[in-house]
Amino acid sequence: MTPEFWTVEETARRVAAGEITAVRLLDTMLSRIHNVDRELGSYLETDSEHARRDAAEIDRKRAAGEPLGPLAGVPIALKDNLVTGGLTTTAGSKILQDWIPPYDATVVEKLRAAGAVMLGKTNLDEFGMGSSTERSAYKKTRNPWDPTRVPGGSSGGSAAAVAAGLCAASLGTDTGGSIRQPAAFCGVVGLKPTYGRVSRWGVIAFASSLDQVGPITRTVKDAALVLGAIAGHDPRDSTSLSAPVPAFADAATGEVRGLRVGLPTEYFPASVDADVRAALDRTIAALKDRGATTVEVSLPHSNLALPAYYVIAPAEASSNLARYDGIRFGKRAEARDLLETYCKTRGAGFGPEVKRRIMLGTYALRSGYYDAYYKKAQQIRTLVKRDFDQAFERCDVLLTPTTPTTAFRFGAKASPLDMYLGDIFTLACNLAGLPGMSVPCGLSADGLPIGAQLLGKPLDEVTLIRAGSAIEAAVGLGTRRPAGIGGI
Amino acid sequence: MPTLTRKEVEEIALLARLHLQDDELGRLQDELGGILEHFGVLASVDTTDVAPMTHPVPLELPLRPDVPEPSLAAADALRGVPKREGDLIVVPAIIPGGE
Repeated sequence: MTPEFWTVEETARRVAAGEITAVRLLDTMLSRIHNVDRELGSYLETDSEHARRDAAEIDRKRAAGEPLGPLAGVPIALKDNLVTGGLTTTAGSKILQDWIPPYDATVVEKLRAAGAVMLGKTNLDEFGMGSSTERSAYKKTRNPWDPTRVPGGSSGGSAAAVAAGLCAASLGTDTGGSIRQPAAFCGVVGLKPTYGRVSRWGVIAFASSLDQVGPITRTVKDAALVLGAIAGHDPRDSTSLSAPVPAFADAATGEVRGLRVGLPTEYFPASVDADVRAALDRTIAALKDRGATTVEVSLPHSNLALPAYYVIAPAEASSNLARYDGIRFGKRAEARDLLETYCKTRGAGFGPEVKRRIMLGTYALRSGYYDAYYKKAQQIRTLVKRDFDQAFERCDVLLTPTTPTTAFRFGAKASPLDMYLGDIFTLACNLAGLPGMSVPCGLSADGLPIGAQLLGKPLDEVTLIRAGSAIEAAVGLGTRRPAGIGGI
Repeated sequence: MPTLTRKEVEEIALLARLHLQDDELGRLQDELGGILEHFGVLASVDTTDVAPMTHPVPLELPLRPDVPEPSLAAADALRGVPKREGDLIVVPAIIPGGE
């Protein structure tokens, strides 16, 4: 296989063994980005200068016999809502155009400490609000399997770049499915850790009680390796958990004998695409073949998770995005007084979806409506969480489709509500704070990837990795690569 | 659930500190009205005695010793300010019509 498609595991091994230098690998990746990304549109910016310095340092360490980190030389891309000191960070928004942060996010520091070489920043829906990356203020990202289709979102650039071999792994963020859904659409693995597993320090906030950072990779073991590098308590994020970080990668054994897999009835409605349903049926059969048992469970409040989510997430967003007022950073619109400066700056700087959510959130939090919407949604959040707790008394992990359909065409979701309804299978996981993973489980008749979603108990990523590696081995895409753009 | 009036949309926009064009106000009136109608289902759920969940994991308020630590230098913190004089951020008049 060509270096562009080496796994994280293989890359780190070959760099450590001296079979390739980190600098040479970096040049290979940059040249592929140069050739392919004009059409794919996955990167907003590359950082060859900084990356070259980091790669040269890895090579120097190896030559000097100094210890190398677990990700030494591995080329990784970052969603552009992760702040990077000295490198433009836009969150896909015009309001942060040309903003250069003065510090690195904790996850960026941790990746660098592990030896990763950061290639650049990937495209996203503005502030993570969207499911197709069509809401980026900057560019269109295409699905590498079919350039007429979206890569999913909001981490669409991160998923497309991994699928097309423009990095070995990437980081995304997931507030209601923004890692898992694009991973499903692009035929790669996406892992949203338990809320609090990974530090949010330096992550541009969308909805603080829902946001998590996680890896997007081509194999389950790679997701485990990257998660191992970024997980752990961070005193700078008071919501980060102090739970010990297990050796995630050791769980990628494919061994599922005795595992109890729950199948929630509400996640297999008749409206799911026939191809998606068939791929899930094959996945279930494959897990049983390997010794897992399945049990039907019910999550009775599932139909309420979507409206509750679309009250809570916009409410938190309307508060978090109050900071973009044109005073301390970002763009400022000139006006006569302070109020007009705020209003004009925000009116000109935010795109339509962000405005919609700020309006929705402001409405829900407004005095007189607070109990009817925000408090009500938080109570339903309790019911959703309770459903999961009860289901996990009868099983170890839940298996569902990641999305009701495969990747859709550009412009296919005409109304905002249509777009929101595509998130039905991913967002309850965030409301409950659970870990979730999407693993490729086959292709549709028209050659588009399908994702199987695993949901686990809090802090039980290990079981997701175990079950995910079994799915990958049995019904995964193997060596099939996207041929739509940049096929090798 | 109430359908939104244009005046309500204008009020919310002001609360949200968003200057919206005429066509944006009209579009948002329709879109938000439709979304809120869809969310009407929330009202039909009996949530008596259900505690609201603000956060997915139990959290303790972390405390640390009150000791100064190295932090961002003023020059770095101010680098992204759109308008400044020295270490001061320049803002327009707070009172409308003031100087």
